[in-house]
Amino acid sequence: MKLVVLIKQIPNTSNVQIDPKTGNLVREGVTSIMNPEDRHALEEALSIKDHSNAVIDVISMGPPQAIEVICEGLSMGADRGILLTDRAFAGADTWATSTALGNAIRKNGPFDLIFAGRQAIDGDTAQIGPQIAEFLGIPQITFVSALELYEGKVIANRTIENGCEKVETPLPALITCLASLNEPRYPTVGRILDSVRESTPIEIWNAADIGVKAQDVGLAGSLTQVLKTFTPKGGRETQYLEGTPSDIASGIVQFLTDRQVRLGE
Amino acid sequence: MSILIQQDKCNGCGLCARSCPYQALEMLDKKATWLEDRCTLCGACLESCKVGALSGEIPTREAPDFKEYRGVWVFVERQGSGFHRSAFELIGCARGLADSLGEKVSAIVFGADSDDKGLNELISRGADSCIVVYNRALAQYRTCSYTHALSHLIIKYLPSILLIPATTIGRDLAPRLARRLKLGLTADCTRLAIDPQEHVLLQTRPAFGGNIMATIVTRYSRPQTATVRPGVMKPLDLDPTRKGDIIFEEINLPDSVDVIKILECVMNTESSTNLSQAAIIVAGGRPICGEQGMSVLKEFAEAIGAEVACTRVVVEEGFMSTDRQVGQTGQTVRPEIYFACGISGAIQHRAGMDGSRYIVAINKDPDAPIFEVADLAVVGDIYQILPVLTRTIKDYKGLSTPC
Repeated sequence: MKLVVLIKQIPNTSNVQIDPKTGNLVREGVTSIMNPEDRHALEEALSIKDHSNAVIDVISMGPPQAIEVICEGLSMGADRGILLTDRAFAGADTWATSTALGNAIRKNGPFDLIFAGRQAIDGDTAQIGPQIAEFLGIPQITFVSALELYEGKVIANRTIENGCEKVETPLPALITCLASLNEPRYPTVGRILDSVRESTPIEIWNAADIGVKAQDVGLAGSLTQVLKTFTPKGGRETQYLEGTPSDIASGIVQFLTDRQVRLGE
Repeated sequence: MSILIQQDKCNGCGLCARSCPYQALEMLDKKATWLEDRCTLCGACLESCKVGALSGEIPTREAPDFKEYRGVWVFVERQGSGFHRSAFELIGCARGLADSLGEKVSAIVFGADSDDKGLNELISRGADSCIVVYNRALAQYRTCSYTHALSHLIIKYLPSILLIPATTIGRDLAPRLARRLKLGLTADCTRLAIDPQEHVLLQTRPAFGGNIMATIVTRYSRPQTATVRPGVMKPLDLDPTRKGDIIFEEINLPDSVDVIKILECVMNTESSTNLSQAAIIVAGGRPICGEQGMSVLKEFAEAIGAEVACTRVVVEEGFMSTDRQVGQTGQTVRPEIYFACGISGAIQHRAGMDGSRYIVAINKDPDAPIFEVADLAVVGDIYQILPVLTRTIKDYKGLSTPC
């Protein structure tokens, strides 16, 4: 069984910077981590591998330094890593990103299941998984909180508004994972050392390697453009209430009734 | 489009081969050779040639003419026999956009039963028409069936804007559809407007857990498609005098369109948490960890008619379940009022609640960052203030609802 896990390196969200020219993120010099839900996606693949002869490829797209998350994926137990990196990929929206990743998965050969995190916490779009599933023409199950393989099919719990659906799909398919799906394992020391050797099975692919044109990926291939970015004005006018607890309580009720907020319904 | 090499001009210097990031130019017998498979048409080689032996046209990008695309569409999500609240919110928003453009609003409704009575309400809430597809295959939401049906309608009617709620269904459907029809897609928008000069949709959304807002435009595809966060846009008041058309469309949906089977669907019971729909939220931080703290918080929440919520530490300490956690790794909420009780206000928590309409913060520490986002700040002990506030609310309700 061949499993593909999509992982993304993301900047630590507490200190982000924006390129004033392009409106895109400045990723250089910012501490980076593996997107939290991608770790759960990888764990799900690893737990299948624990009980079978499955082989796991981790694929990421990003700047050259994103090789760190590929190594991390290998140190958790993945078998092989592919990093898509090319200046032509920079500034991609989800359309252009799914074009690049979709072509890379196709080039990588047959697979049974693709796992991805529900969304990355830098963009929070949750679009890449379904877009890749459509690109590859395979079914998708998003927001998955439980999963089992049964006679060549996947049965998964998909979270919906105010409930949960149990759905079944044949393979191959793409699954996007929630954090509640599992508890990711830690890398072992031995595997960490193995993941950074010269012989480590990591391939680095550019636009030509996956057979796409420069104008179809990156900023040039994007259908949406960022017009501007701004920091939301935290500018609430904070009003301080003082006095005895009952003064304060009356003040709060007054504040809310003045604004016609309905209480106690 | 290709790269042309004039062999007679090529002096074999090799500059072009070195300039190519993809090894798509090779030197063979002291002449440059173009390897089409490896070329991405990036154009890096064109300026490298000193003798003018290389030529090629790198396509430039122009926004196509989208004049024939007209109308603002809302994909209506069903909930039980009625509509998800996002339907009226999105129609209200679409109304404003359509009025700025001089276009019409259509509500798109999928389902299985043909005796639907709610359609007129969509008109009363601002739609000019409902486009309805009834088909057994659309009884429940399934990705590929819905994508197939919606694609079909878009290709037939060519709308200029499509709004889809950013619910679990909408966020499953929209990207699948966008990839199928080659549409730009902006996720989870919290503000939408029409640019007065260019007449494009300005799609504003938070990124990085709300640390940054970005305004995004879709210049190269139509309809301009966005998912919209529920609870943000305002529905219009019901106007039963509004008139509109209800158009029924038939779409052929063979079983082969969708291979996914829904085996079972379990809805949460009424009592279960749904923070995203709560009008008032009372949230507690570390100081409420304990029996007394929980009861003080719950009594207050009950009095004011609120859902209780908490920070990560309260979940870690085992006093509330994860579905009540607000913040970066929990839920994003935007109630009318958010009471932050004993919450210091780390950025990760604020990211989940700073879109609330009004924020009331109570904390002992006058330097707590929560006060930066509060409308109303109380420096004090929640154990002294909350019980009194609970009584005051009860008294107030007693006065305002005589019986």
